[in-house]
Amino acid sequence: MKFAVTVTLKKDVLDPQGKVVGQTLKNMGIKNLNQVRQGKFFEIDMNEEDSAKAEAQVKEMCEKLLANQIIEDFKIKKAE
Amino acid sequence: MKSSVIVFPGSNCDRDVAVALEKLQFKNSMIWHKETELPKSDLIVVPGGFSYGDYLRSGAIAAKSNILSEVISAGKKGSLILGICNGFQILIECGLLQGALLRNSGLKFISKDIFVKVQSNKNKFFNKYKTGEILKLNIAHNEGNYFTDKKHLEELENNELIPLKYSDQKGNINLKTNPNGSINNIAGIFNKNKNILGMMPHPERMADKVLSGEDGLGLFLSLMN
Repeated sequence: MKFAVTVTLKKDVLDPQGKVVGQTLKNMGIKNLNQVRQGKFFEIDMNEEDSAKAEAQVKEMCEKLLANQIIEDFKIKKAE
Repeated sequence: MKSSVIVFPGSNCDRDVAVALEKLQFKNSMIWHKETELPKSDLIVVPGGFSYGDYLRSGAIAAKSNILSEVISAGKKGSLILGICNGFQILIECGLLQGALLRNSGLKFISKDIFVKVQSNKNKFFNKYKTGEILKLNIAHNEGNYFTDKKHLEELENNELIPLKYSDQKGNINLKTNPNGSINNIAGIFNKNKNILGMMPHPERMADKVLSGEDGLGLFLSLMN
């Protein structure tokens, strides 16, 4: 069972990398761009049949290691 | 005085700290991160470097290593803990210190000599300095931009929990003298009980006149006091 986890900086935390990427895209001529936030992506493959249990474990992984919740948010999505 | 320096794969300031400590007759042991027991120490140093190649977030992997649970329980019992640079990042990731160290606002790795102003000497780490004294120390980091919420920042400011702030040679503390975007020019913080210090500048690099200067030596002398 695979899960896709994205970790991004919280809205009110300055994301200098995302800002620079966004500015560069604007310079490349994309005028209708609002903003870019840069984050991290994890693909987690679990040897577990019970999807609720697996998801709970992935959530725990995010809280304990993958994300620093003081500055980061995480999103978990079950991948097909 | 007995000290322990924790060593991770990727630590690179561990020997510099050991040299500074041994110069002052500390009985020092180097402790590999896989150890599960910490020898009785008056001081535990979490040194600078790039533990685990800064994978995931600086300090995040080291914060989950075997020896860290020993360091955490020693810290909670009141042992003196000094985290320098990557060590500061590790102390934050393991929860001994609050807040976060973000990427430098200028997006560049900064390695240079800077000035810091001692904000308070009423603690175990800076009692050999005068409050207001200006020190020339070295910084070398990519994630030294300290950030915390308003409430914690007020707590830090009101309880003398910020011993060092970035300044210029005259002691001016403002945006111009802030190398990395750190909130309120913070270069180091204490926990509530002031037994745990995390700082981005490297005092161990300024502990010998012949090499680079002696402005950092006072910190180790203070600890012996």
